[in-house]
Amino acid sequence: MSINWYKYASPASFYFLAGKMIPFFSVAAVIFLVVGLYIGFFVAPTDFQQGEAYRIIFIHVPAAWMSMFLYLVMAFWAGIGLAFNTRLSSMVATAIAPTGAMFTFLALWTGAWWGKPMWGTWWVWDARLTSELILLFLYIGFMSLQAAIDDPRRADKAGAIIALVGVVNIPIIYFSVQWWNTLHQGASVSLTQSPKMATTMLAGMLIMSLAAWMYSIVMVLMRTRVIILERERHTAWVAELKGATR
Amino acid sequence: MLIWVIRRDLLLAMRRQADVLTTLFFFVIVVSLFPLGIGPEMNILRIMAPGVVWVAALLASMLSLGRMFSNDYLDGTLEQILLSPTSLSVLVLGKMFAHWLITGVPLVLMAPVLGIQYDLPSSALIVLALSLLIGTPILSLIGGIGAALTLGLRGGGVLVSLLVLPLYIPVLIFGAGAVEASTAGLGVDAHFSLLGAFLLVSLVLAPWATAASLRVSME
Repeated sequence: MSINWYKYASPASFYFLAGKMIPFFSVAAVIFLVVGLYIGFFVAPTDFQQGEAYRIIFIHVPAAWMSMFLYLVMAFWAGIGLAFNTRLSSMVATAIAPTGAMFTFLALWTGAWWGKPMWGTWWVWDARLTSELILLFLYIGFMSLQAAIDDPRRADKAGAIIALVGVVNIPIIYFSVQWWNTLHQGASVSLTQSPKMATTMLAGMLIMSLAAWMYSIVMVLMRTRVIILERERHTAWVAELKGATR
Repeated sequence: MLIWVIRRDLLLAMRRQADVLTTLFFFVIVVSLFPLGIGPEMNILRIMAPGVVWVAALLASMLSLGRMFSNDYLDGTLEQILLSPTSLSVLVLGKMFAHWLITGVPLVLMAPVLGIQYDLPSSALIVLALSLLIGTPILSLIGGIGAALTLGLRGGGVLVSLLVLPLYIPVLIFGAGAVEASTAGLGVDAHFSLLGAFLLVSLVLAPWATAASLRVSME
């Protein structure tokens, strides 16, 4: 059986496909979240060095992973939209940005909460923290550029260019920040020398990552649906949809 | 055509010298504000000097980005440039080079004088000027992408800073790092090599990305 992918590249058919997919991914997100939180709070043992405070990694690490991964996905779809002029790809890219920015912010925020009891400070100019902060700036730049442009097609393309420029720059920025950090002085605290993790902790973290992944899919689909409706509001099928709900 | 674009932009800048001087004086004022905010303690100022001068150079270069394309956009020259049979990337490279000659070179020349205010040793002053000499063209090149994308937008000036400043970070790190390494008595070769590498990469990619951005903005 071959699937006609082009059919779902049309915003109208994707709208309904997304509508069918959202409940499935929502249920998956809730299940993974409940299981992950249960493992995180009740099954995983207390860390003998960090006490209970380490449990913040069950949110922090998945958020940090998603923040980086979503930027790549966003740039990928934006690039596809730019190259093949497919409207839906650009809409998905636009829909990913706020979720990605939210996860970046969450990673920074939970990191600060973890840092205060562990390192005794909310913030250190560690290479990872700094590059995560810069990632947040890149997300904000992408979103504010798109928000400033009224014409959606121009917004899509301009956003795609800045997202791709960002992708080229991310490795450069990452290594610069890392070298900058070692140039000044070694960080007094290091994340890399953490003790080996218990299996239950790792399992909890992975399940929470799946929850974050499912949540992102749900949010992106929902936001894409809204964007589709907004941009296609003059078309016949949206008018039909409006008539049906009225 | 490349020479023609550079000469034209330089001529326009000479006819409107106030614009060029504004950028330079902005740079001087920002650098001079830091001692007033921090205090005249020379030991602290000497440590801060590379970072302060470099951040001020970043801001000064960024503030003048709006002029790279906006006047041509308003009077319709840009449309003619887009129609020209010469490669748009080449013409854009010319405009970037002119932007650097107008805003970057004065900063390079002025930086050692400001370094003296911060009591930098003379060897560090030379390194400061050299690092700016390699670094400021990168600022013009990357900045061109931001300037092209925000062409004709509301609040373009503030927006361009959001887009461009995160991309300037590597240049800042290694530009200021070179001066710091020199005052610490370490070699500066590694920093200059990396700055040179950034310059070459942005020389290849930035005009192309800027040309694509201009096409998007002018549709």
